[in-house]
Amino acid sequence: MGRYLVGRVLQTLLSMLVVISIVFFLTRLSGNPINLLLDVNATERDQEILTRHLGLDKPLPVQYGIYVKNILLGDFGTSILTRRPVTEHVRERLAATLELGFVAMLLSVLIGIPLGMYSAVRRGGPMDTGARVFAVLGQSMPTFWLGLMLILFFGVVLGVLPAGGRGDFSHLILPAFTLGYFTSAAILRLTRSSMLEVLGSDYIKFARLKGLHEQVVLWKHGLRNALLPVVTFAVMLFVQFLGGAVVTETVFAWPGLGRLILESITTRDYPIVQAGVLVLSGLYLAGNLMVDLLYSYLNPRIRHGTA
Amino acid sequence: MAQHRRQLPWFAGLILGALVLTALFAPVLAPQSPTEGDITQKLVPPVWMERGEREHPLGTDRFGRDVLSRIIWGSRISVVVSLVAIGVAGTVGTLLGLISGYRGGVTDAVLMRLTDIGLSLPTILIAVVLVAVSEPSFRNVILVIALLLWPRFARQVRGETLGIKEQDFVALAVVAGRSSAWIIRRHIFPNVIPTLLVISTLQVGYVILLEGTLSFLGVGVPPPNPAWGLMIADGRGFLATAWWISLFPGLAMLLTVLAVNLMGDWLRDHLDPKLRQLGVRGVVLESADAVPTGHAIEDAVKG
Repeated sequence: MGRYLVGRVLQTLLSMLVVISIVFFLTRLSGNPINLLLDVNATERDQEILTRHLGLDKPLPVQYGIYVKNILLGDFGTSILTRRPVTEHVRERLAATLELGFVAMLLSVLIGIPLGMYSAVRRGGPMDTGARVFAVLGQSMPTFWLGLMLILFFGVVLGVLPAGGRGDFSHLILPAFTLGYFTSAAILRLTRSSMLEVLGSDYIKFARLKGLHEQVVLWKHGLRNALLPVVTFAVMLFVQFLGGAVVTETVFAWPGLGRLILESITTRDYPIVQAGVLVLSGLYLAGNLMVDLLYSYLNPRIRHGTA
Repeated sequence: MAQHRRQLPWFAGLILGALVLTALFAPVLAPQSPTEGDITQKLVPPVWMERGEREHPLGTDRFGRDVLSRIIWGSRISVVVSLVAIGVAGTVGTLLGLISGYRGGVTDAVLMRLTDIGLSLPTILIAVVLVAVSEPSFRNVILVIALLLWPRFARQVRGETLGIKEQDFVALAVVAGRSSAWIIRRHIFPNVIPTLLVISTLQVGYVILLEGTLSFLGVGVPPPNPAWGLMIADGRGFLATAWWISLFPGLAMLLTVLAVNLMGDWLRDHLDPKLRQLGVRGVVLESADAVPTGHAIEDAVKG
């Protein structure tokens, strides 16, 4: 267990270093921000001053070293365009991303668990088939297209839900469903298989033999035991949402971190792109690490290195 | 259920056949040019609607380009991008997987740590940054997708290699004094081919969705190419007035990915029962990055 833990933590740190390096070198190699910042009348002297001010005159490895050091100190620099600290921009937008991810996770759980349980209990029935179709479609649907079609149907045709932006709860429904569709399908299948396994176990047979009410058997003995992997999975999903945030946020004009990154790529505001990608990736990697540790703790086969 | 699973997926086969034929014969099949439109014919609705025209069965976009023709030509982009990206990633991943599994020791440790890192990155986020800063182009999209894809092949092939290496025929070849390269080529590689075929098919849907997402976000295949993702993005501003611009390319994408996934599932069950646990993973973007982390959970998903 100890070895697994140390290895897994080290791997996460290495992954983070890879992300930092990719982001740094690519954004620096892609073009000179000076040209975007100064207007055409700027003299060479202006360019020099600005270059030195931004630290862009130093050799790349030196810039890289300074950059890594600053990240470790929690300093992401200032935005090239707004001159405000990058951390402020990121903090403003991160709240929106987390809010959307959280609601999407809640929605997936609320859709996935009851449906999965139902299709396990009524195995092979029409509902089970329906759930299968729902899951297969979720696997193959382009997220951004689903989002647009939901806007078309609920926003334009029916006019009952807002098409984008952030505001009251109604603004959350469509983006959260879009983000959570695949995952609710995944939770559904996981709940179904986990429930089927539990329902076939001896203690369920025993509970039935004891003459317990079927509902008590299903909800108390069945679901409670089937839920363990599902809950772990739900946490993992939340982490996945962070990685995919950029797509849904763009479709629904949701003012989150993913969209900020995409906007800043267009304006070549490197510090924001770097900080945004690092924060999302960091949360993503840390979340996955947590899930793995939690799961290995709960699953002795992994804990003892046999799986 | 078991009976059902054994049947050849006709629906998937038909759609895939149609897709390949469409991509091959796009110049013959497409009624109009995919990139040049008639500005006087812009935003014409599909033929069954009022004002619809027979020359534009699925309507036209804001530049008067024929939506059907663009979808037909767009199939080429999806086919080419997925074939090339998977070809590149598959070759690199297989080579590294074979070497890693056969050599073992330090080589294996280093290569597998690299693979773990590759698999742990948030795919879309990295892809967006990589393509955006390296200028969107066909080549860059393919390279970035391949870069994100190879670890999946490496991991799986390495696992297979470890098993095959223990077989008697490999031991005999070693005793007979054959070189490692010869053994890998003659004994190990042929035995990983079924697995390779299955992983490749399972990745096609993923690659099509990833390319579509990148193009949709404006960091994929550049306009005016008729990439499906790009077409869907084009229609964003016209949802209220010209929904057909976004709807039909999305349907094409959905059907294609659906067909590939069904085919991949079927192949997996037939060629390689060991891979059954690969299941749901990797097909949808948000969850695609889930591979090493929590893959015990994913095994369960495929119940």
